[in-house]
Amino acid sequence: MKSLRKSLSGKAAIVGVAESDKLGKVPEISPLGHHAQAAHNALEDSGLSISDVDGLFTAGYSTYDVGEYLGIEPTYTDSTIVGGSSFVIHLAHALAAINAGYCEVALITHGQSGRSDRARNRGGGGMPADQYTSPYGIMGPPINYAMAARKYMEMYGEDRTRQALAEIAVSTRKWANMNEKAYFYDKTMSFDDYHESRWVSWPFHLMDCCLVTDAGAAIVVTSIEKAKDTKKNPIKILGVGEGHDHGSLISQMPDLTRTFGRNTGPRALEMAGLDYKDIDLAMIYDSFTHTVLVTLESLGFCGPGEGPDFVANQVTAPGGSFPLNTSGGGLSYTHPGMYGIFTVVEAVRQLRGETGERQLDKCDIALAHGTGGLLSSTGTVLLTSNN
Amino acid sequence: MTEKIKPIPQPESDKYWEGANKGKLLLQKFGDHIQFYPRAVSTKDGSRDVEWIEASGKATLYTFTIVHQPPHPSFVDDIPYIAAIVTLEEGVNMPTRIIDIDPEPENLTLGMDLKLDFIDADGQKLPVFKPA
Repeated sequence: MKSLRKSLSGKAAIVGVAESDKLGKVPEISPLGHHAQAAHNALEDSGLSISDVDGLFTAGYSTYDVGEYLGIEPTYTDSTIVGGSSFVIHLAHALAAINAGYCEVALITHGQSGRSDRARNRGGGGMPADQYTSPYGIMGPPINYAMAARKYMEMYGEDRTRQALAEIAVSTRKWANMNEKAYFYDKTMSFDDYHESRWVSWPFHLMDCCLVTDAGAAIVVTSIEKAKDTKKNPIKILGVGEGHDHGSLISQMPDLTRTFGRNTGPRALEMAGLDYKDIDLAMIYDSFTHTVLVTLESLGFCGPGEGPDFVANQVTAPGGSFPLNTSGGGLSYTHPGMYGIFTVVEAVRQLRGETGERQLDKCDIALAHGTGGLLSSTGTVLLTSNN
Repeated sequence: MTEKIKPIPQPESDKYWEGANKGKLLLQKFGDHIQFYPRAVSTKDGSRDVEWIEASGKATLYTFTIVHQPPHPSFVDDIPYIAAIVTLEEGVNMPTRIIDIDPEPENLTLGMDLKLDFIDADGQKLPVFKPA
């Protein structure tokens, strides 16, 4: 590994530095305001523009909120926060990211109103943009995602969307019924059960919404060399994509029916040299049934508005032609709050042939995809058990 | 009774919330670029040259949801309520509530004309919209 590090030496350059407009006692500027002023000042110092930025790094806020504030949609995103050293560490990450081809222009931002009061009162839920939503009772994923679903229904038809959501809910439960670790392992779901479940935030029924459980997971990754010394068949990472187009305010989303999967899906496939038809298993973050629907379209498995046809007739259920969320997903297996890691765990197990009753006959290539925030961010990976 | 959730302004949104208390919906304008939400800089070009304008109060319904499960104790008495995103005549989208209409899905048509009104959250007025 030492020779790899040395080969990165001198292989990226800092081209702009700046502070925010005013330092010292600046009660009239918010912490994000400092981030933004400094960002524009540093870009000016470099001669590059904000539209050149494709890698975003920050600590203290999520990069998706800094990105939303500045109007940046990065394809490399890093919110590593380990205290004041974070930004120096971001440089180390930028060096690697640029050389990996993940981004070309990295912007590292910082801003704090350590002195002025505001830093301690950062909005109802901790995010500055909460001031525009929390007082209205617009809080939490169900209400926000439901607004996205209503927009989708307008564009593509309420009845066929409703049917699609039901198909996803019912098929996912069938997979959970084959996973002993699933919360609803012992509970079946019929179409009637779905349609009769109570409203959470119309158009979402209870059964459109993921579980809220307690859970954890972890992943170990290593080099191809070191993987030879490990216990099981290494699962190779063939393609990746990441990014976001807004943060904590869903009204800032460019198109409520199309997530950043529109970027990360094709990007991951291109890197891997694969086509949609090569994928044997799709593990798609199911915070809501609707998330799966828009994600399938955004990733490009089907076109805009074609999702309901794509998931019709239980094709995503056991025995169907498009295996989806074979663990039972966030909807029926587990979902502690952030769920993305579990898509990878199941994908790896299916690729290794370890999933017992729910094992797919053929699983050589899997896609795992996470959607975060309020349909804000996406991460897509393509994995294989092939040598 | 549980306290209402009040917005916690950031320096750049002080004017916005003060405007609301005076019955006005104020928006930032940088040159010819109007933006929501208020920020220290223009999202278009980073300009600091801000002007505040009063919105016409006209909007159309972009999307909505009808909340049946309150996300926080202070909204228990409000359910069911209509949470929405509206498109202001000035061309920007904002989150809000729709009032003065029975909260049933069939009563709300995307694109319907709305007009500005205000509700009170423990002394801070919030911009909301109702059928025009």
